[in-house]
Amino acid sequence: MSQLGLVYALLGAAVAVFLAGAGSSIGVGIAGRAAAGVVSEDPGKFAKVLIIQLLPGTQGIYGLLVGFITLSKIGLLGGNAAALDPKTGLLILAACLPVGIVGLISGKAQGQTAAAAIGVVAKKPDQFGKAMLFPAMVETYAILALLISILAVTAIPV
Amino acid sequence: MAILQMRRFSICAMKKNRKAILEELQALGIMEVDMSAVNDETLRRDNTQEMRQDFDKKAVQIDHALDVLQEYAPEKTSMFASLEGRALVEKEEYDQIVQQQDQILEKADELLNLKKQLAENKARIVKTENQAESLEPWLSLDVPMEYQGTKTTAVFIGSFGSELTLDQIYERLAKEAPDLEAMDIQVISSDPDQTCVVAFCLREQKAQMEEALRSMGFSRPSMMSGKAPAQQKEELKEEIRNLEQEGAQIEQTIQNYAQDRQSMKIASDYFRARAQRYEVLGEVLQSRRTFLISGYVPEKDVAALQKRMEEKYDLVVDVEEVDPDEMPILLKNNKFTCCVEPVVASYGMPTAREIDPSAIMSVFYVIFFGLMLSDAAYGVLVAIACGIAIKKFPRMDETMQKTLRLFLYGGISTIFWGIMFGGIFGDAVTVVARVFFGREITIPAVWFAPLDDPMLLLMFCMLVGVIHLFVGHGIKGYLCLKQKQYLDFFCDVVLWYVFLIGLIMMLLPSQIFASMSPIAFSFPPAVNTLAKALAIIGAVGILLMSGRANKNPALRIALGAYDLYNVTGWLSDVLSYSRLLALGLATGVIASVVNQMGSMLGGGIPGAILFIIVFIIGHAMNMAINLLGAYVHTNRLQFVEFFGKFYDGGGRPFQPFKAKTKYVDVKEETSL
Repeated sequence: MSQLGLVYALLGAAVAVFLAGAGSSIGVGIAGRAAAGVVSEDPGKFAKVLIIQLLPGTQGIYGLLVGFITLSKIGLLGGNAAALDPKTGLLILAACLPVGIVGLISGKAQGQTAAAAIGVVAKKPDQFGKAMLFPAMVETYAILALLISILAVTAIPV
Repeated sequence: MAILQMRRFSICAMKKNRKAILEELQALGIMEVDMSAVNDETLRRDNTQEMRQDFDKKAVQIDHALDVLQEYAPEKTSMFASLEGRALVEKEEYDQIVQQQDQILEKADELLNLKKQLAENKARIVKTENQAESLEPWLSLDVPMEYQGTKTTAVFIGSFGSELTLDQIYERLAKEAPDLEAMDIQVISSDPDQTCVVAFCLREQKAQMEEALRSMGFSRPSMMSGKAPAQQKEELKEEIRNLEQEGAQIEQTIQNYAQDRQSMKIASDYFRARAQRYEVLGEVLQSRRTFLISGYVPEKDVAALQKRMEEKYDLVVDVEEVDPDEMPILLKNNKFTCCVEPVVASYGMPTAREIDPSAIMSVFYVIFFGLMLSDAAYGVLVAIACGIAIKKFPRMDETMQKTLRLFLYGGISTIFWGIMFGGIFGDAVTVVARVFFGREITIPAVWFAPLDDPMLLLMFCMLVGVIHLFVGHGIKGYLCLKQKQYLDFFCDVVLWYVFLIGLIMMLLPSQIFASMSPIAFSFPPAVNTLAKALAIIGAVGILLMSGRANKNPALRIALGAYDLYNVTGWLSDVLSYSRLLALGLATGVIASVVNQMGSMLGGGIPGAILFIIVFIIGHAMNMAINLLGAYVHTNRLQFVEFFGKFYDGGGRPFQPFKAKTKYVDVKEETSL
């Protein structure tokens, strides 16, 4: 039995983790630059802007989540990998794609929105509650992608 | 629970009581002064701008003095200082400080002076240091810098602007002034930027020598003194030492003021309160002997305030109804439901025509928060941390306290859901038992483990979502009824209920739903027919009635069809609740990842050490990031999905006239 199925499945886990993680790091980076600018003017706003900076970080976590579920599904974590045929492996790879790709794109978009929200906090600190909501809007789509990825990975019979 | 009704409360009193009445109103803090409703051209306003600015200036001056104090004698504050809130001051202490206000102002002045002296002292130290430094190249010169020579010789002390050797200098001097007979040049020091030299010549050839040197770019040192450079440097150093000592003394003096910190804080707040009183006084309308103040007072306090005022002073009180559009909003809730008030306020206060959503929202808020964090151990930690903070800092800022209490309840709800789903630091118990004790223990979930059956949890989340949305829609209906818009109630609320319930009942037994859901529904045929009937009645009703404001029948139908399209909005709203599942799963899975990483070294001492380190750091991070997620997304579900159904906000918060202090609160005996 070839190990190709396992390779595909592992590739899926890798895609989920690295695309979503890359999206989050881009997003957190964009927001972080805006946050650092605000703190240089007014260090008192540190806690608030830090919270907003963290918002685009969740895509990376969603990627990790799917990656981890995939790894435990194919038995790599326990040390005895399941024997997968290539078709099942490709199925798992496909299941991992939504969270990876949407994570990458929404991570960046959420980072830009977070940077704008940090601008709101800089000018009107009392509008923190509303400012926080804009990046959270973007995140909805990452959550939907995560949902489909999780449901698909858990539903594929191994 | 509710929005407090307001009344317009107007007082007309004698001018001699003006100060006392204003002070009392400020101490009570239950009236929002608003003179916009009073128009009378015979009454005039005092210009209090100047007085107000004067007191503001005093308050700011003391603030600056306190800043100076903070710089040189920092107050010891704990990490949680921001939770402490303003200190409470006894009335006697406050009155005493007010008596001494002039001395305290003087002290603040002295402090600011000392700060200025200190700055001057620093500047002089820097200047003297620079002087000492500029002497460096001349140190080996053993005559004073301004030395002119003896009876027969002339001496030039100075420098060239570049690095020259002795030979080069002689060479160029010979070129510039060939008839100079006796001369001697000594190089004191040289570096790439300058060459310091001493030149001797006969006194009678002084002019020639000077001319020659000048053409070579010779310049005299900027600093002249009658002492040899080495000696002068010593003196400068001595001066610096003295200055430093002086500076230390000034700092010491500043530190001695630390004992006055508290009284300065109180005085600053006193001046601030007076400035605020003058601000109000500037709005009050006055005649020759009387004055008139008017504003909003919560209805529940009106009678007591009126009684108190009429007993104490000679005055006339007038109480009127308030137009709901102008009414400032104060929310009244019980101990549990008031916790979400800051969340409501951050979206916008309700208007007087809406209802206060706090009560209903607080229940859902706590449930959602728990579902998203969904780990019993995290819940315990959050609840304990918030509980301790609330107990320990009773004078905490009110908004902060409400928010922490909200987290406390959220933590308790998290414990509940954590037990339902079997999460205690993820699967920590299982991992520890297996790796370190070689046993298989699992803590069974009371309900089910989400990862075993995510579809079931998804269905549950959507169900919660539908309930949440239906409640929101119901509130909209309630508002319609309250405003006696019965047609609106029927068309916009009831028809939608009928339509949506019909659709849901059609969906439940369908093939699509059965393939997704672990629970299968099958209804008797009568119910299926009823479902279809409800959906059709609802749809047709909405189609016909939504555009009822429009006379044109074609347009009316088109608007109805557009409104029917809103069913996609309902669908996306319900789907949005899947974040409850996603965030709940995220907590559990990342916790498992942490445990897995910790147990990589296996059992034994090194394994245990690694496990403990990874466990603490990993779970702390996971908890922090999931707390943030739970907070943000609970807010989102409330603001976007729930409020979207019925709530606009846009009310103006009630801002009573009271002392807005910065450092201390005074314990007032005056209360109704």
